[in-house]
Amino acid sequence: MPDAIAEKVRAIIADQAVLDVADVTMDSTLESLGIDSLGLVESIFAIEEAFDISVPFNANDPSSRDFDISSVAAIVRAVEGLVAEAKV
Amino acid sequence: MKRVVITGAGTVNALAHDVVGTLAAFREGRCGIGELDIRDKDRLTIRIGGQVKQWDAETHFNRQQIVLYDKFTQFTLIAAREAVAQSGLNFDGHLGYEAGVVLGTAAGGVNTWDENYRTVYEEGKNRVHPFVVPKLMNNAAASHLSMEFNLKGPSFTVATACASSNHAMGQAFHMVRSGMSRAMLAGGSESMLCFGGIKAWEGLRVMSRDACRPFSLNRNGMVQGEGAAVFVFEELEHAKKRGADILAEIVGFAMTSDASDIVMPSKQGAARAIAGALRDGHLNPEDVCYINAHGTGTAANDKTECAAVADVFGQHADRLMISSTKSMHGHLIGGTGAVELLACIMALRDGVIAPTIGYEEPDPECALDVVPNVAREARVDVALSNAFAFGGLNAVLALRRYGSAAHPK
Repeated sequence: MPDAIAEKVRAIIADQAVLDVADVTMDSTLESLGIDSLGLVESIFAIEEAFDISVPFNANDPSSRDFDISSVAAIVRAVEGLVAEAKV
Repeated sequence: MKRVVITGAGTVNALAHDVVGTLAAFREGRCGIGELDIRDKDRLTIRIGGQVKQWDAETHFNRQQIVLYDKFTQFTLIAAREAVAQSGLNFDGHLGYEAGVVLGTAAGGVNTWDENYRTVYEEGKNRVHPFVVPKLMNNAAASHLSMEFNLKGPSFTVATACASSNHAMGQAFHMVRSGMSRAMLAGGSESMLCFGGIKAWEGLRVMSRDACRPFSLNRNGMVQGEGAAVFVFEELEHAKKRGADILAEIVGFAMTSDASDIVMPSKQGAARAIAGALRDGHLNPEDVCYINAHGTGTAANDKTECAAVADVFGQHADRLMISSTKSMHGHLIGGTGAVELLACIMALRDGVIAPTIGYEEPDPECALDVVPNVAREARVDVALSNAFAFGGLNAVLALRRYGSAAHPK
């Protein structure tokens, strides 16, 4: 399933950035995709809804290790972790 | 142009149900924020707030009144009764025609919306109480004050999110200064500590789960509060003639719009409002000893506000004191500027600066004297009160100690 998670996260981010999914690569950063702080909060909401998980993200501390948003790959890894936890 | 003074003050908030108790809490640096006691709290991720405790509407109002008074109106009425009693004014005669009320609230009767949505959506009922609309409308509190005190002049409610009270008090100030009104009730109120109110705020992910720590490096967001504060603004000559006790003089007010972002603050917009209030009050930057900060405890507000203060005051920024009492009573959103004006009055009148509590670690981006954790004694001639709202709408008031030497330029 991990690939399916990556595909879905990329699709959510692409939708937010108004880009083609192909333009959202694993090493893209949100900044490079033109997603600002409001776009980030909206993306996280979409991720929570899509995977039925709760993402520990506080906009006052975006660099917090609770949920790494430094790249698309980091977000995918974090979501994979949360999905795995939710299954337990 | 008339001079405008404050001759009465009243409040209800998480620290106390009156001014004396609130100022005592400010002096002690006491925190009124705690675990929320509301319905369905277990479905919230944010479970703290500056909730008004031991609130029993039935001790203040009869049954007919309670069906018309949302909590934001109840808080306003009790605050206004205290303010009017202190002022000694009676609006029953001709003065009623020369007096009005301007209040701020961001969202009005949120508890009433919340309860009645439950009735129709959750409980599936097809009928709600007949007075839902007059109870929840944003101007309900202003209208009930006008009725209780016979205020027949200009009266309305202002909604500019977190700056609502400052905008409201600014309007009232202008009306007395221009001679349009002899006296005005002014202030604001908010009560959105209910399931729907907090759930909406959770979405923005700017709320702290543990504490409001303005200017501290480890701050992690804002904490909501509730309550009201109301003041009597009066023309100086009118107040003097009747020998009224003058709490402070209001000397300046300015408002600006960032015209840039719906939630992110702007240093330029804030700085223009602060500089505008000084200009309007014919004040020099060096006259200002104390600023009651907007100081929400979010990463973005606090550093932007400090940068704006540094811009306006230059080197004097390092000599003035700036504190955020939201650390104690929480963020009252549309009512916040009104409760915070009490800290300015305390600074001017009592020479005591309310602290910023919960301060743990210096932030190089907030390198001002934020009066950490402990109140301080200081002689203050001029104080400012900042409010910077979502939507980029800024409003700053300037107050002067009545009888101080800092005269107009």
